[in-house]
Amino acid sequence: MKFIKYLLVGFLFGIVLTKSEAVSWYRIYEMFQCQSFHMYGIIGVAVFTGLIGIQIIKRNNIKDIKGQPIVIADKEKGSFRYWVGGLFFGLGWALVGACPGPIFILIGAGFWSVAVILLGAMIGTFLYGLLKDKLPH
Amino acid sequence: MDSITQTWPWYVSGFLIGMVMLLLNYFGKVFGMSSNIRTLCTLAGADKFAEFFRFDWKSQIWNLVVLAGAMLGGFVAVHYMSDPTNVAINPKTIAQLAALNIDAPNGKLAPEALFGNEVFSSPKMLAILLIGGILIGFGSRYAGGCTSGHAISGLSNLQIPSLKAVIGFFVGGLIMAHFLLPLIF
Repeated sequence: MKFIKYLLVGFLFGIVLTKSEAVSWYRIYEMFQCQSFHMYGIIGVAVFTGLIGIQIIKRNNIKDIKGQPIVIADKEKGSFRYWVGGLFFGLGWALVGACPGPIFILIGAGFWSVAVILLGAMIGTFLYGLLKDKLPH
Repeated sequence: MDSITQTWPWYVSGFLIGMVMLLLNYFGKVFGMSSNIRTLCTLAGADKFAEFFRFDWKSQIWNLVVLAGAMLGGFVAVHYMSDPTNVAINPKTIAQLAALNIDAPNGKLAPEALFGNEVFSSPKMLAILLIGGILIGFGSRYAGGCTSGHAISGLSNLQIPSLKAVIGFFVGGLIMAHFLLPLIF
């Protein structure tokens, strides 16, 4: 039963990403052509909402559902991995028009060809796991 | 009902995505989708090959459940909440795509040219989807997150590493969209 809340949050996420068309290859292409504000608006408002929410959580020491303090770990310091990893990710994102969330949402919606992207993403993740210690971070 | 089946405005969608992240924070978790792919690799046996995949995957079941919910949400939204007016992208974008022989949306989320079932008999299209996936999988783990983990969770928590990653996402995306896609199609 404790997993039902995660299923519901995921369900909301899947509906919102589909109905906002953030899962659409067309919307991602249009965004990178800078021919619409739509995607920038979505990302901007999501970050703004999160920013306000996190500030409220931090300033009021709001506890989580189990009564524990909400701690959001800082990302590891660094530069190279973020620039270069980000660059690789962006190339793939604009090519197939789906980031990891939408990959799964589209498969759920019945776009079977997206399973090929998922297979690729698993291969890419596996390659990173194999090469991790040899890569500059 | 129209407001449900039409394209949801960016301010409603953005707000709800922010709330999804905050709800997960309230459940004591951090919003991030790409780490699920690492978990799937572990489940597929990758832990026999690399230390990176040796972790307690059971601690990530909650995230796989979020994923299952998202898949269900995608199914419901596409099959019961769609409308032919959807995906009304910029007419200029449609004209550009026509020049690349990519079909116009006409209410569908993804072009037939890239995502129709015919791609299964086109080695070129399969290669494009597979390579795109590899770049996404490799890049998101190298950068330690994707659009959800860095752009949404990271930026809203004022993380400088996330800002670097998001700039990387957009530099890579702009290079692909402006210089490489026209060469590929």
